Amino acid sequence: MATALLRRLLAAGPTVLLVLTVTFAALHLAPGDPVRLYLGPDADQGAAAAMRHQLGLDRPAALQYVEWLGRFAVGDWGESIAQRRPVTAVLADALAPTVTLVGLSLLLTWLAGISIGALQAARARSRLDTTLTGVTSALQAVPSYVLALGLVLVFAYGAALWHWPAWLRLPALGAESIGSGFLSPWQRLADRMRHLVLPVTTLALIGAGGAARYVRASTLEALRQPSVRAARARGLTEFRVLFRHALRNALIPVITLAGLQLPALFSGVVFVETIFGWPGMGRVAVQAVLARDYPVVMAATAAFAVLVVVGNLLADALAALADPRLRTAR
Amino acid sequence: MRAVRTGSHRDARVTFGVAVLALLAAGALLGPAVSGPGAADLGDIVARRFAGPLSRTGDGVLHLLGTDNFGRDLAARLLAGARVSLAVGVLAALAASGIGVLLGAVAGYAGRTTDRVIVVLTDAALAIPRVPLLLLLVALFQPGLLITIVAIGLTGWMPVTRLVRAEVRAVRQRLFVEAAHALGAPSSLVVVRHVLPHAAAPALVATALGVGNAIMLEAGLSFLGLGVQPPTPSWGNMIAAGRDALVVAPWVALAPALLVALVVLACSLLADGLEARLAGER
Repeated sequence: MATALLRRLLAAGPTVLLVLTVTFAALHLAPGDPVRLYLGPDADQGAAAAMRHQLGLDRPAALQYVEWLGRFAVGDWGESIAQRRPVTAVLADALAPTVTLVGLSLLLTWLAGISIGALQAARARSRLDTTLTGVTSALQAVPSYVLALGLVLVFAYGAALWHWPAWLRLPALGAESIGSGFLSPWQRLADRMRHLVLPVTTLALIGAGGAARYVRASTLEALRQPSVRAARARGLTEFRVLFRHALRNALIPVITLAGLQLPALFSGVVFVETIFGWPGMGRVAVQAVLARDYPVVMAATAAFAVLVVVGNLLADALAALADPRLRTAR
Repeated sequence: MRAVRTGSHRDARVTFGVAVLALLAAGALLGPAVSGPGAADLGDIVARRFAGPLSRTGDGVLHLLGTDNFGRDLAARLLAGARVSLAVGVLAALAASGIGVLLGAVAGYAGRTTDRVIVVLTDAALAIPRVPLLLLLVALFQPGLLITIVAIGLTGWMPVTRLVRAEVRAVRQRLFVEAAHALGAPSSLVVVRHVLPHAAAPALVATALGVGNAIMLEAGLSFLGLGVQPPTPSWGNMIAAGRDALVVAPWVALAPALLVALVVLACSLLADGLEARLAGER
């Protein structure tokens, strides 16, 4: 198992290298001079040349590229132009909110996706199955920003307009209420949870659409296996056949699939964090783009790719734990 | 004589997808001719702004979907935005598929090291979240229509590459390819004339899906203020403008948002239906 994971780790190298190469190339091919941007258009020639030299921008591109890789590897990701502090500090602040958001969304995605998919497989080709296929297809296709705005409209504005009970009026902005520092620890936790509901629901609903469709297909496939026929022949209840024999086999590829869906999830995170003012990496990236804060944009893109790689490794490890066949390296 | 045809029954998903896209394309081409008022008609802003759907403003003009914060007719702007969305969607998806077909054909036909390199590159690119990468590309240039198309095109070639590579590898072994070679046809001609046509159907399915994705991404970027810039109407920047008036006039944001969702769904159902039809033919 260790060798299999090590192999996966090595395979992840090209992804990170590609991101770093693309960011480096994009920055060098793009019009505009980072020094001019930093110093402003009125700075004198001498100062600009000195800074260019200081930043190493007057050296050959190949040398700069190797240096850029080296600096990335040791964690020196430069300084944010807009915030005048290290990029790593900016990203470190945003990491925990994003990981919380993504982790909870994934959990709900697969809880809902597996339940719905298994239900559909058990009642295949019934009216319920057809309806749910329609619903999950629609959910899978709806853009995250559309669903997010819809939820805001209903649960933030609509709830007040239609006099819904207080617990259904959900906050649509930020990670905590203003002045939540004065609340007791428990109230503060509750306040934070309430702020998580809408962003997590948005991501989880979209994810669950795809997850359910996959689990349905995978379970139907498993139900066609000879082992299931044998289980039925032994007189096991349909419930036991579904859960102990079909679903268990159907879910192993699902873990790997969860890892493969991570890039799409992180794309959704960018929109959801922007709409809900969630202080995570997606919002940091968007604000950095609007502020032309290149070091942060580059580092955020790389950090997203690293998170995907880490997530995929975790998924592989989990799949190996669930399936003995995967523990022996191919 | 009755032709025996299997799996050719009309698929509701394909019908729905084609109908939505065709209606939209027609609306986008005809523009104001079907929607009444022009997309940029302002008039008396104070009197006309935020008129509800199906209402008449003081000047007696009927606004099918209402008006926005500047009193512009929403339906007319949606159709003008449809031109942008469809153009970006189709051009970006075609660019992505073009790159994908080229890389997939080269990888599948050349094999060996070339194949390995392209496969590793494709897998690596698939693991990069697309929206953060788009943000990076867009950030380095002035936001606008061209960079939006180029950026979306450059980040969407991977699925097509994989499909075409797999298809080319499978077909390469067949006898008729060997026969073409034996007749003295150069490799490039064999690939283009005899191998690639077999990959056309799966590439088409991927492109249909790609159009939907590209439309969704363009609207998303424009929503963030990083795509098509106002006053050029795009569904994305219309959603962004409507977001500020979500309480007063929810229809301003809802109309373009639902339209994006409808088109993306149409493309994805079209792709699903085409794929099922392909699977049935095999």
